[in-house]
Amino acid sequence: MTLASALHANLTEAGTTSSGEAVLFWVLAPLMVLAALGLMLSRRTVHVAVAIAGVMVGLAVFYVAQEAYFLGFVQVVVYTGAIMMLFIFVLMLVGVDASDSLVETLSGQRWIGALAGIGIGVVLISVVVRASFPTAVGLGAANADSNPVGVSRLVFGNFVLAFEATGALLVTAALGALILTHRRRLGRKIGQRELADARVARGGRLTPLAAPGVYARHNAMDVPALDPYGEPIEESVSRVLRIRGQEAAAAAYALETEEPGSTDRPSLEGGEDE
Amino acid sequence: MSVHTLTAARLPFADIVAPVAPSGAAQELAWLLVAIPLASAAILLLAGRRSNRWGHWFGVGASAASFVLGAAILVSLLGAPTSERVVELDLFDWVSVGQLSLPAGMRLDPLSLTFVLLVTFVGSLIHVYSVAYMEHDADRRRFFAYLNLFVGAMLLLVLADSYLVLFVGWEGVGLASYLLIGFWNHRTEYAVAAKKAFVANRVGDLGLLIAMMAMFASVGALDFTSVFAAVGELDPTTVTIIGLALLLAACGKSAQFPLQSWLGDAMAGPTPVSALIHAATMVTAGVYLVVRSAPVYEAAPNAQLAVVVVGAITLLFGAIVGCAKDDLKKALAASTMSQIGYMMLAAGLGPIGYAFAIFHLVTHGFFKAGMFLGAGSVMHGMNDQVDMRRFGGLAKYMKVTWITFGLGWLAILGVPPFSGFWSKDKIIEAAFVPVDGAPWRAWVFGTVVLVGAGITAFYMSRLFFMTFHGEKRWTTAAEGAEQHPHESPRLMTWPMIVLAVGSVALGGLLSIGSAFSTWLEPVTGHAEHHEPVLPVPVIMAATLVLVAIGLFLAWRQYAASTVPTVAPAASVLTRAARRDLYQDEVNDVLLVEPGAYLTRSLVYGDRQVVDGAVVGIAHGTVGLAEKVRTLQTGYVRSYAATMLAGVVVLLVVVLVTRI
Amino acid sequence: MSLTNYLVLATILFTIGATTVLLRRNGIIVFMGVELMLNATNLALITFSRMHGNLQGQVFAFFVMVVAAAEVVIGLAIIVSIFRTRRSASVDDVNLLRN
Repeated sequence: MTLASALHANLTEAGTTSSGEAVLFWVLAPLMVLAALGLMLSRRTVHVAVAIAGVMVGLAVFYVAQEAYFLGFVQVVVYTGAIMMLFIFVLMLVGVDASDSLVETLSGQRWIGALAGIGIGVVLISVVVRASFPTAVGLGAANADSNPVGVSRLVFGNFVLAFEATGALLVTAALGALILTHRRRLGRKIGQRELADARVARGGRLTPLAAPGVYARHNAMDVPALDPYGEPIEESVSRVLRIRGQEAAAAAYALETEEPGSTDRPSLEGGEDE
Repeated sequence: MSVHTLTAARLPFADIVAPVAPSGAAQELAWLLVAIPLASAAILLLAGRRSNRWGHWFGVGASAASFVLGAAILVSLLGAPTSERVVELDLFDWVSVGQLSLPAGMRLDPLSLTFVLLVTFVGSLIHVYSVAYMEHDADRRRFFAYLNLFVGAMLLLVLADSYLVLFVGWEGVGLASYLLIGFWNHRTEYAVAAKKAFVANRVGDLGLLIAMMAMFASVGALDFTSVFAAVGELDPTTVTIIGLALLLAACGKSAQFPLQSWLGDAMAGPTPVSALIHAATMVTAGVYLVVRSAPVYEAAPNAQLAVVVVGAITLLFGAIVGCAKDDLKKALAASTMSQIGYMMLAAGLGPIGYAFAIFHLVTHGFFKAGMFLGAGSVMHGMNDQVDMRRFGGLAKYMKVTWITFGLGWLAILGVPPFSGFWSKDKIIEAAFVPVDGAPWRAWVFGTVVLVGAGITAFYMSRLFFMTFHGEKRWTTAAEGAEQHPHESPRLMTWPMIVLAVGSVALGGLLSIGSAFSTWLEPVTGHAEHHEPVLPVPVIMAATLVLVAIGLFLAWRQYAASTVPTVAPAASVLTRAARRDLYQDEVNDVLLVEPGAYLTRSLVYGDRQVVDGAVVGIAHGTVGLAEKVRTLQTGYVRSYAATMLAGVVVLLVVVLVTRI
Repeated sequence: MSLTNYLVLATILFTIGATTVLLRRNGIIVFMGVELMLNATNLALITFSRMHGNLQGQVFAFFVMVVAAAEVVIGLAIIVSIFRTRRSASVDDVNLLRN
């Protein structure tokens, strides 16, 4: 039983899909269109990123449904995994709270955009619907040695030159990204010594901050450490927590302390083992 | 040396002589006639101030050398039989490109030799005269260089064997005339006069160019022999056009109507220039052209009639203007214009008139040059004064001038037995010869010529009496210049004496046995004698009576009574004549102002239309670019929108055209 | 159900992606629209490959993915460097080539 038959991806004699695939299509396609519309119309950039990720995943599912197993896999790994992550990194860099105002600055752009968009949609759909295609054959024969093998036969065989060129392209792209984002040092490099000297000169703290307290019963970040006098050190808790009032009291977790000299302490001379 | 064969049946004349090759040393060296004066001009111009001491005699020598060579050629031609009197000398191949071949050569025949002798003889005399006349001028050497240049160019003109070489000489004399009229070009009005002469000549040159182009297009060659041989078979319109174009050229060079306005102003040049160029030689080049192109005119009767009409008009024009001029030289210029009108008229009468036109040309050359030299002598003695109203009574003080001038005066009047009588009377007789099919011609032109003779007598006598007779009306010291008239030096008086001898005797001598007409027959053809409508004695008597009346009227008004020193108020005609019959105003209205208007409108058109179109395109491009520029909003999204919209349109178009 | 349904879905996704590019101002979201368009194309390619019975469409889609990955790398690097200088990720701010 091949992967294709397991996934009900085989085509019938007339070139139509199996009913399972039809159901999958009619469920997933509207969702994808909605996600794409969300991409077009959302105000918050994070929503846009999520929407497009959704579209990518949907497409991966369709690739698999269309017997392009290798490509479906690559779609998830490369597109959704790498490219979308890149997008999200850059979004974070640019700032997620920057929301796009929907007021159009270019006059008439909205109308032209809408018109052109609808126009091209109408034209292309009419072309696709009216074109006469040959009876769909399906990839059963092409995938006989499994889909990756078939694809690799073509890539490394007929299209090896394109493959090599694309490899060079990737290398170039990586180099290009490096060069584009390279920041040239404009001033002198300031070393650690100078930083330290500057700190001393302005009377800043010379030592690192104390770490939050570690107690037998609690070692989270919200309890302060105790100084040698037993007082909690304020700076040992993160400023954010302090501002939010989420700092916990040290006394809640600190051991009870006894007065010096009032407890039985083990003596130093001889000791009885009890 | 090529010999062109002509068949008599193809010629208008049956007895034109075919050219032969040169024989004898003098004929072989004929090219020196042109080369010597031109070389002398070049030497004098290039040598510069170093040659100031001997330049003038060098120039005289060059002119005299040409005369000697010309005389030698004359002797050799006289020794040859009539059939060998037309000699053609091939000099070199000027233009030889593929099918096109225009050689340069010389033609030595009676007509050209006549001119050669006239130019060199009178020219040499005037060269000698100029040595003394220009003695006080620092640029005398340059003057002689230009005079030699003129002589060389004129000789080239008359010795040419093709219209092309003639044109070279034609242009050369025009250039020399310009340089000499404007010799004292530090005076603006003299330079302007030179320019006016040149421009008027240029209009004539256009006529000659058109004629040459028409000839070349229809005949394929420009040398006289080929053209004259072919002219009988050309389309009559073409020949008429050629004839009229040649007439235009002649009008320009000979100051005939309508291109006559430059001659009066040309008197701005030194008097020897006026004598040589504007009396004896250059202005006769037009007559030479007409007579030389006789076969063309014989084949185009309408053009020939035009020649006669032009001659008649100019004749009267010059006579009327001459009656009112107070400037001595300008009056003589008007007289020249009128006499050349006589020659043109004669040349237009056909074979009966050619010989007399040339004959009158020769005699006129002598007596007019003599009178101009006399005028120069008078000016020399009267501190360069030219206003005849301030002359008077000079006969006692300048005896030689008075006598030589007087002999010239009698010659131009046509008083027998002086030379003018022999030539002018023959023209009057020829004018009265009836023409088949146009009986009015004999009467009209005959009357015009007769009346012209009378008016000539009047104004020439007026000139003579105002200058030499009557009371002294000289300017006094109070008016600025005190006058001490004296006779001129010998170098000036001897040429005048020689010319006076010619004025007296030449006509009679050349008329003996129709010697001159016979001499010219190889060129002009033999003309049958025709009886004029009036008997010859009647014509002669009428002429003499009119001359006597004119002389008497002039004597009564200018010798017997007081001549006012300031020109008095006068009738409309007199005032018009004083203003050259408004020739300058007419030229201005007809030519100068339309020309200036045309120039202004062309400039306007250029600036508005052409520049406007170019600048308009530039502005349009800029404006369009400004509009297109606004498409570049700088926003990526609008570019994306444009792209997407474009894709949609493209797809729709493709689908619609496919489906 | 025939395979053209997948094509229609791909078309719709493509249209939505194109319109996103035109209408959103945030550079990152525009970029996401571009990615959506590329993915829609991939879906169409894979559908065609299934229709024709050979794997060339899938190989094509594979290369599209690789190139899209490279493109994302560079594009995001550019956005980051623009953001560093301008403190804003709006594509409307890069309009110095105006007029």
